[in-house]
Amino acid sequence: MAFESYVLVCGGTACCSGGADNIVEAFASELAAAGLKDKVQVVKTGCLGFCEQGPIVKILPQGTFYVQVKAEDVKEIVAEHLVKGRVVQRLCYDPEQAKKLVAEANIPFYQKQYRIVLRNCGVIDPEKIDDYIARDGYKAIEKVLFEMTPEQVVDEILKSGLRGRGGAGFPTGMKWKFAMMQPKGQKYMVCNADEGDPGAYMDRSTLEGDPHSILEAMIIAGYAIGASKGFIYIRAEYPLAIRRLEVAIEQATELGLLGKDILGSGFDFEIELRFGAGAFVCGEETALLQSIEGNRGMPKPRPPFPAVKGLWGRPTVINNVETLANIPVIINKGADWFNKIGTATTKGTKVFALTGKVNNSGLIEVPMGTTLREIIFDVGGGIRGGHQFKAAQTGGPSGGIIPPQFLDTPIDYESLAKIGSIMGSGGLIVMDETDCVVDIAKFYLDFTVDESCGKCAPCRIGGRKLLNYLNKITDGRGTEDDIVQMQNISDAMCKASLCGLGQTASNPVKSTLRYFMDEYMEHIRDKKCRSGKCSKLISYTIDPAKCKGCTACARKCPAGAISGAVKTPHVIDQSKCIKCGACEATCKFGAISHG
Amino acid sequence: MGKLTLEDLRRMRGEKQKAIDMRDSSNKDVQVIVGMGTCGIAAGAKDTFTALVDSINEKGLTNVLIRQTGCMGLCHSEPTVEVVVPGIPAVIYGHVDVATAKEIVEKHVVGHELIEGKLLDRPSIDIIKNG
Repeated sequence: MAFESYVLVCGGTACCSGGADNIVEAFASELAAAGLKDKVQVVKTGCLGFCEQGPIVKILPQGTFYVQVKAEDVKEIVAEHLVKGRVVQRLCYDPEQAKKLVAEANIPFYQKQYRIVLRNCGVIDPEKIDDYIARDGYKAIEKVLFEMTPEQVVDEILKSGLRGRGGAGFPTGMKWKFAMMQPKGQKYMVCNADEGDPGAYMDRSTLEGDPHSILEAMIIAGYAIGASKGFIYIRAEYPLAIRRLEVAIEQATELGLLGKDILGSGFDFEIELRFGAGAFVCGEETALLQSIEGNRGMPKPRPPFPAVKGLWGRPTVINNVETLANIPVIINKGADWFNKIGTATTKGTKVFALTGKVNNSGLIEVPMGTTLREIIFDVGGGIRGGHQFKAAQTGGPSGGIIPPQFLDTPIDYESLAKIGSIMGSGGLIVMDETDCVVDIAKFYLDFTVDESCGKCAPCRIGGRKLLNYLNKITDGRGTEDDIVQMQNISDAMCKASLCGLGQTASNPVKSTLRYFMDEYMEHIRDKKCRSGKCSKLISYTIDPAKCKGCTACARKCPAGAISGAVKTPHVIDQSKCIKCGACEATCKFGAISHG
Repeated sequence: MGKLTLEDLRRMRGEKQKAIDMRDSSNKDVQVIVGMGTCGIAAGAKDTFTALVDSINEKGLTNVLIRQTGCMGLCHSEPTVEVVVPGIPAVIYGHVDVATAKEIVEKHVVGHELIEGKLLDRPSIDIIKNG
C-alpha cells in the first residue's frame, strides 16, 4: 500500500524553533480525524533552506510550498488541500501572486541557481558513457566535426563571450583564434585541472561528476585550433577524478570518440593525463607547460604566449576545467543563447565552492551578476550559528577579502576587480565576527610564501617580508610604519612579479588594509585582537570575586601557570600562560575570561 | 563494441534517452542513486553504498537499480542518496549512514514510506534551471 500524498515539514533548526514539532503533531491528529492517516504520510525533513520564511511545509506530489505555517493553520491545510485538493492561497509564498506561486520552483530562492557546467553532476553515473550520451553528450562534436569549419567554431565561442574561468577571465575564443592562426603543424590542447586554491573544489567535482564533458570540449577545441593531441594536467591529490577520467578516456577511445578518424570524420584526437605533484604555481599556464615537459614548474615571461609558442615550442591552448565544461553546451545551444546569460562584460554562469561559516556549504552554480548576498544568504542559507557576516573571500590566495558593504555588488570579473578582489577559480569562503582579518591575510601569505617557486625576487622576497610584518602585528610587536612598508611591498610585488602568483599574492593584504584598517590599528596600537584569534594578543584572567578556589583550572593548565591555595582565588602567571584556553573551558563558575 | 559512426552515435543516443525516460531498463523500476564524489566518499558513501547493496540482496529485491553519481552540490549533508520509486516523488536523503541506508530499503523502497529527519530537498532537475 502506498501513500497518496506526503507532507514534508521542515525540521531544520530555524523551523524547529518556529514550532515545526507542533505542526507535525497537528498534522498527525488532523489527518487521523479526517480519516487520511493511511493515505498521507507526515515526515520531518532536513532544512529546506528557506529559513527566513519558516516554518516550511511542502506537500508532495504537487510540490505546493507553504511558508510561515503555524499549528493553527494545519486544520485548514488538511481540510482544503488534502481532502478537497484546493491550495491554501494565503499560506503560499508571496500572497499577492499566490495563484502563480504555488510550486517551489516558482520561488525566487530556488531560481538563483542555473546549471550549465554542473548540468550532469549528481544526475548521471560518471563512469557510464551511455548516461552522458543520453543527456546530449557528444552531440556537440557531431555538429562541430561534420557541419562546422574550425573558423566557425572559433567564431561561435568568440560570439558567446565565454571568458576563462581559471581566474584571469581572458576571452576563450581569442585564445583559440591565436592558436588557430598559427601555421599548420603540431599543436596542443591542454586542460588545466591543477586546482589549488584553498577551499576550492569546483573542478574536482566537475571531473568526478561529468568527465566526458571535458573530453568532448577538448575534442572541439582540438578541432578548432588544429591540434591532434591533448593533455589534462591534473594534480595527483585528486585520485577519484583521475580514475574517472581514465575510465572516461578508455570508454571514449573504445567507441572511437577519441583516437584516429573520430566518427569517420577524418579528425584525429587523443588525450593523455599528466599528473602534477600539487605545486600551486603549476596552475600558472607557463609553469604548467614546464611541468608537462618534465621540467621544474616555473613560469616564463610572456610573450611569447603559449598560443604561439607553448608546449615543446608549439602553439598550445590552455583552458581551465570549468571553461571547457561550458563548450559543448555553447555549441549545442548556440552562442546567442549563452551570451544572454550573465552581465554586460561577463557571460554565462559561475560555479562556486561555498565554504566557511555558512549554513549550506556546497557546490553551487549561479548566473554571473548574482550578488554575494544572494549567494550567501539565499543559496547558502545564511551564517552558521546565528553569527554576523564579516567578510567573504573570493579567489583564494590571489583574491581579496570583501567587506559587508559590497554584499550587493553583482559579481563579475570587472566588479570584483574594482573592489580589490578577483573572481579566481571560484572558491568562496565566508567569515563571521570570530575570524580575524589580519590572521586570514597571514594564512594566505603563509600559503603563497610556501608555494612561491622562487624564480623572481619580488615574489620570493616580497612575500616573505609581508609575512614577517603580519607575524609581527599578530604577535603584538607591530608599528604604524609597518603598514606603510606593507603597502609599498604589495605595490612592488604587483608590478614586478613574473607571474600571476606573485602579482596577486598581496591581494589579501591590500584588501584587508583597505577595508579593515581599524582592525590592523587595534592590533598595533591597543595590542588587541577583537576576535580572539591572535593568541599572543589575548590574556586570560581570573575574577577573584567569582573564583571559588576549586583548583580545577590549575589541574587542567598544561603550562602550570595557575597557582593558588584551595578555596582561595587563583591567579594566572601571564609569563607562563600559553593561551590555550583550557582553563576558561574548565571553569564551572565563569570566573575566567579572556580579552 | 566497435568504433562508432555518426549514425551509430545518434541511434545510441535515441535508445539511451528512451531507456532513461522509461526508467525501467531491464525491469528495474526503482532507482537508488548515491552521490559518490570525493565529498560523499569522505563522508562514508562507500559504506552507504555497500549497505544498500547488501540490504537489497538480503531482501531479494530484483527491481532496484543502484547507481552512483557525482557531487549533487549538497556537500553539507553528505552522504546523499536519491530515491526514485514509482508513485512517490523523487526525493533526496542526506547524512545517510549505514542504518539509514537499511531504513531506506526497508521503509522507502519496500514500504513506500518516507523516512523522518533525513529528507532533504532536491537540488536539481525539477528545481534548478538546467542549461
